[in-house]
Amino acid sequence: MEHLQVDVWRGGAEGSYQRFEVPRRASQTVLDVVTHIQRFIDPTLAYRFACRVGMCGSCAMMVNGKPRWTCRTHVDKVARDAALTLAPLANMPVVRDLVADMREFFDKWGRARGQFVPTRTRHQEFARVDPRSSARREADAAIECIGCGICYAACDVVRWNPDYLGPAALNRAWTLQNDARDGAHAARLEAVSGDAGCHSCHTQMSCTEFCPKRLSPTRSIAGLKRESLWSFLQPGSRKP
Amino acid sequence: MTPHPRAELFLWAAQRVTAVFLAFFVLVHLATIVYAVRGGLTAAEILARTHSSLVIPFFYLFFVLAASIHGAIGLRNVAAEWLGWRGASADAAVSLVGLALLALGLRAVLAVAA
Repeated sequence: MEHLQVDVWRGGAEGSYQRFEVPRRASQTVLDVVTHIQRFIDPTLAYRFACRVGMCGSCAMMVNGKPRWTCRTHVDKVARDAALTLAPLANMPVVRDLVADMREFFDKWGRARGQFVPTRTRHQEFARVDPRSSARREADAAIECIGCGICYAACDVVRWNPDYLGPAALNRAWTLQNDARDGAHAARLEAVSGDAGCHSCHTQMSCTEFCPKRLSPTRSIAGLKRESLWSFLQPGSRKP
Repeated sequence: MTPHPRAELFLWAAQRVTAVFLAFFVLVHLATIVYAVRGGLTAAEILARTHSSLVIPFFYLFFVLAASIHGAIGLRNVAAEWLGWRGASADAAVSLVGLALLALGLRAVLAVAA
């Protein structure tokens, strides 16, 4: 039987790669490889997954140096000479082995005012949002984020500036800026402006390149830049 | 996180706006060079042209202003991202560089204008 040579990160911030031999199978995903190691070779291997079908965003890791959702990444597509190198997501602290600490990543969603702020109560009429309106379409284009952290691990600006909110949090902020029912547009625009916010984006598009849901956080960030510039030039108003 | 989001936004906007002007200035500057060197290049010829015009000193005055603003803000970003140098000391250093660029540029503008 053919085998894969798999180098897996073991340990925390300090650690080293450990080599495993894993049987090669048809239609094998990278998550299958990791699960094989944990079930049959070394039960102490720590990794994270839940849904296995690309919905939950928990199994992302660095595969041959690139961030990927491992449950939907076929070994065929990424193995080089029947070899894989697996590491926890970049730009996050390591908990252990393949598990990255995502607290800061999600805390930044909060700092970017990623929470919906309602303007009506349950006693009022439902808001009517025209699905063909440009704001609704902008929100639609960005809304399918599963929070996997791949864009954040791919982003050079996050690596340069640990305070930078990152593509996912800014993408979330952009969906809310286009939500007609939300009541915190001005405060959110303030929260995503400046050195740690959308203006630090270099438009290198790594986030867009690697997003497994094929979203474009770059486009969302450009939208935030446009809107903030508009609010700067015409205080008290929103975009045209 | 920066304590002054609006100040950062102002710097970001200022760098974009100066970039728009610089694109125009650089194109005109390059076109002028290509035109001016057709019959050889001498200091006397350049000074004759710049002294005869009010447009050229003002053109380069705005060019120098835009370049020093644009360059200083750009260096501030480079210092922050590549060197991790942020805060008051970095702001002071790039302000000095910007002022130095402005002083050198204005000196040159005066030299060809007077």
